[in-house]
Amino acid sequence: MRPVAIAFALLLAQPALADSDLPPAYWANRQLPDQRQEARAQALMQELRCLVCQGQSIADSDAELAGDMRDLVRRRIAAGEKPSDIRAWLVQRYGTWISYKPTAEPAAWPLWLAPLALLMIGAFLIRRRIGLGKRA
Amino acid sequence: MSRAIRFAPLVLLLLLIAGLIWRLVTPVDTNVPSKLEGKAVPAFALAAGLPTKPGLSSTDLATGKPHIVNIFASWCVPCITEVRVLQQLRSQGVSIDGIAVRDRPADIADFLARNGDPYERIGSDTESKVQISLGSSGVPESFIVDGRGIIRYQHIGPIEAADVPMILGKLEQSK
Repeated sequence: MRPVAIAFALLLAQPALADSDLPPAYWANRQLPDQRQEARAQALMQELRCLVCQGQSIADSDAELAGDMRDLVRRRIAAGEKPSDIRAWLVQRYGTWISYKPTAEPAAWPLWLAPLALLMIGAFLIRRRIGLGKRA
Repeated sequence: MSRAIRFAPLVLLLLLIAGLIWRLVTPVDTNVPSKLEGKAVPAFALAAGLPTKPGLSSTDLATGKPHIVNIFASWCVPCITEVRVLQQLRSQGVSIDGIAVRDRPADIADFLARNGDPYERIGSDTESKVQISLGSSGVPESFIVDGRGIIRYQHIGPIEAADVPMILGKLEQSK
């Protein structure tokens, strides 16, 4: 009986969310009236990483900080700032961690080189297969 | 040759298991440190979070003496224990300013009345703008800013009683 009662109590319990009472920032969940600007903001938000739900983009995340970052991105885009400058501003603060866009820094070299290496291995294997076929 | 290749899947599996065990034993550090350590505090000016205290601007920090800038919120649970440790630091003569993230004056007043108030100034950052411009990713976080307005140290998570000697050391170095 007791485990059932506890399970029932847990069902009713409210999770202690670490969230404020304030409403989301103005541009957190609103599209910019200018469709071209909104498209630019969307493209950038898809490539910025949420600091709270690490692994989601700020476009996908429901975290308050992600909402505040969307607000920041839309405001800056609306003010005429270039997406690359906004990204650079954030990278200056949080490092390349904040951006999903692969960079050319040494840590990302395996990412760029892996497809080439795999293609070369594949070509080598195919050549060997064909070569063997000829001999037989 | 073929015998060695026959064992390759087993070796790969063992490597995979070893990798998984390694990551379970030493979890990834999910903190995102600010890259502004060693750099000047970005310019900002925040309105007062409480009617009884001044707000906080970046110019209030370059006053020749080190400050702790504590990013907190009344809705943040670990901040409750931290604010008590901050009072202990305050009683030792440390200047502490607060940035209240996504908060209301009444809630801040209530929080401080209940848990004590270590702050000289409190700026209200309702849309996390200054928090983001400092490279901070959550509450609570603290920055030690030296007398010239340079960020010397970022503390992610609450400052606990055990951290006090370390924090005092960092403040000493920032003089």
